[in-house]
Amino acid sequence: MAAKVFTIDGQQITATEGQTVLDAAQDAGIAIPTLCHLDGVMDVGACRLCLVEIAGLNKLVPACVTKVTDGMVVTTNSERLQRYRRMIVELLFTERNHICAVCVSNGHCELQSLAMTLGMDHVRYDYTFPKCAVDPTHRLFGIDHNRCVLCGRCVRVCWYIEGAGTKNFSGRGTQSRIVSDLNAPWGNSRTCTSCGKCVQACPTGALFSKGAAVAEMEKDRGKLEYIVTAREKKQWIV
Amino acid sequence: MPKWIKIDPVTRIEGHAKITIRLDDNGNVADAHFHVTEFRGFEKFCEGRPFSEMPGITPRVCGICPVSHLLASAKACDAILAVNIPPTAAKLRRIMNLGQIVQSHALSFFHLSAPDLLLGWDAPIDKRNVFGLMAADADLARAGIRLRQFGQTVIEVLGGRRIHPAWAVPGGVREPLTAANRDLIRAGLPEAKATTLKGIEIFRSLLAKYETETQVFGNFPSLFMGLVAPDGSWEHYGGKLRFVDGSGNVIADQIDPERYAEYIGESVEPSSYLKSPYYRPMGYPAGMYRVGPLARLNICRRIGTPLADDELVKFKALGWGAVTSSFLYHYARLIEILGSLEHIEKLLAEPDILSERLRADAGINKLQGVGASEAPRGTLFHDYEVDDNGLVKRVNMIIATGQNNLAMNRTITQIARHYIQGPDIPEPLLNRVEAGIRAYDPCLSCSTHADGRLALQVTLRAANGEILDEVGRL
Ligand code: SF4
Ligand code: FES
Repeated sequence: MAAKVFTIDGQQITATEGQTVLDAAQDAGIAIPTLCHLDGVMDVGACRLCLVEIAGLNKLVPACVTKVTDGMVVTTNSERLQRYRRMIVELLFTERNHICAVCVSNGHCELQSLAMTLGMDHVRYDYTFPKCAVDPTHRLFGIDHNRCVLCGRCVRVCWYIEGAGTKNFSGRGTQSRIVSDLNAPWGNSRTCTSCGKCVQACPTGALFSKGAAVAEMEKDRGKLEYIVTAREKKQWIV
Repeated sequence: MPKWIKIDPVTRIEGHAKITIRLDDNGNVADAHFHVTEFRGFEKFCEGRPFSEMPGITPRVCGICPVSHLLASAKACDAILAVNIPPTAAKLRRIMNLGQIVQSHALSFFHLSAPDLLLGWDAPIDKRNVFGLMAADADLARAGIRLRQFGQTVIEVLGGRRIHPAWAVPGGVREPLTAANRDLIRAGLPEAKATTLKGIEIFRSLLAKYETETQVFGNFPSLFMGLVAPDGSWEHYGGKLRFVDGSGNVIADQIDPERYAEYIGESVEPSSYLKSPYYRPMGYPAGMYRVGPLARLNICRRIGTPLADDELVKFKALGWGAVTSSFLYHYARLIEILGSLEHIEKLLAEPDILSERLRADAGINKLQGVGASEAPRGTLFHDYEVDDNGLVKRVNMIIATGQNNLAMNRTITQIARHYIQGPDIPEPLLNRVEAGIRAYDPCLSCSTHADGRLALQVTLRAANGEILDEVGRL
């Protein structure tokens, strides 16, 4: 495998063939904010938080789906990038009803910590306050669309790790919602195996274990990586 | 020509409110109303939420007594799970509620009311606050602040934070008490008790001086309601409801809070967002009842701890069967602090208090749940109805300040009648009306005005709405 040498924030880094900018940056200890990326699951470049600048390229590219090429010069933290990232997070907050103070994931939420690390001290856009439902019909889990950021992590773990294919997207734009099967109440889903991977994968409090009280929902994402490593590399590393 | 006196806003009560005093054609006080314009909306926006989130949401009703909402809410959720929570969890919840009573009562007495009581109602406005008290009696002011801190520490070490602890959950509590924290609470008890006893001594020494106030600050017979233990002792977390009349006769007893709606009606008046609850069998407004410290001491036989019980005997001697003056809410508050401190001490000595069995696990076993607890200001009810999946369909909350609403109006009327003799607004009236209201320690929204700045606006209106006179100061 040919190694690629490239520059990231002024630092010379070696990446392996086929490695993404995000992956290589993480290996080198350079943090790039992400939301739809989940270790062990394929990337789709949906949230755009990992946008980086590449010298000679006019547009910004998502680090999670951009492969490293030789001699690439990447900037991860310019003033422009910081501005855009903050804007993206603000827009995510306006799109649904994220009320951290009374959320089951308060204190353990990726959206919340993104907002904090990106310095979102207030939101400059109008909130849309959409009317969103809670589907509590599953025996063990619930989904609260008020808190969903449509990252699709639940969909990907459901299809590609569990292989059940229960979770999916429906609708477009602001009407877009995560559904079970063909928009059945989750509790009636014939395909759901009740494995709970989607709940662990979800970055916010949108997917939760029933009965969880405020701030109580802590997700265990290590399990997902464990399964993937075991399956793909035949290594059972806890 | 009827006139209106409006006092707006009342300071040093927690929240914002307006007072209107209506005069009749002869310049005599016709009646008085306390308008609350802030409490709204919570019941509506809880609808559709999973019930298990309620103990996290409802404490946001109020930043002054979040613990009370937390506990009433957790109890309503326990009822939906249909479980008995582990004994240690119940004891820890009790300790937290006692801590809440201590901190809230200490704030009410030492920060908000002591300036009036010790410096006099008519002391200059910029002196009559906790800073003025500091200048006059630094030790007392400081001790009062530390007493409140003690109560807050109790809440903090149990819940992990002082305000909005999300620690009580459906079925129990989340975290155990550690030995170190038990010892920390214990260490603060002697000083807290000493301060409380000092406060009681001071209040008792002022009783003779404030005879008029005792007579006119809401001295009238009314019903009293609160929780009592099965043997009729003081309760704050468990127990059942008891109503006594103005002479102390028990008229309804050991009523399961679940049946509150059979006994308590709620009337809504256009002048206020507060609902005015009344004792249903007697109708509205004859069924006016008071809740809170005064009521709790009137309905109970004993507090169950030595120092507080000694004091309770002296307190009860101030009335015939029941103590009917709202001015004595202050005294009752101090006695309750004492009782709470002693009860905390007893609970900390329980052998299983450090147990880590704290949470009963269950699904939705009942579609309605009522939780009642004694908030510092009086009995608090949370009543939830859920669907099969546990989503909240209906919420009703009855808060303490609402239950005292009718009595507060009555108190203002009484004070106004005493001090208003002509067409003018006499200066002492305003301070006394405020102090009369403050005796109830009403909690009306989420803001505290502990700085004691007296921002008053008094409007004198003719019946046709014409402003005859206006007195304002900031
Ligand atoms: S439910 Fe969670 S994991 Fe699924 S799309 Fe929404 S935020 Fe992402
Ligand atoms: S993490 Fe790369 S686009 Fe979401």
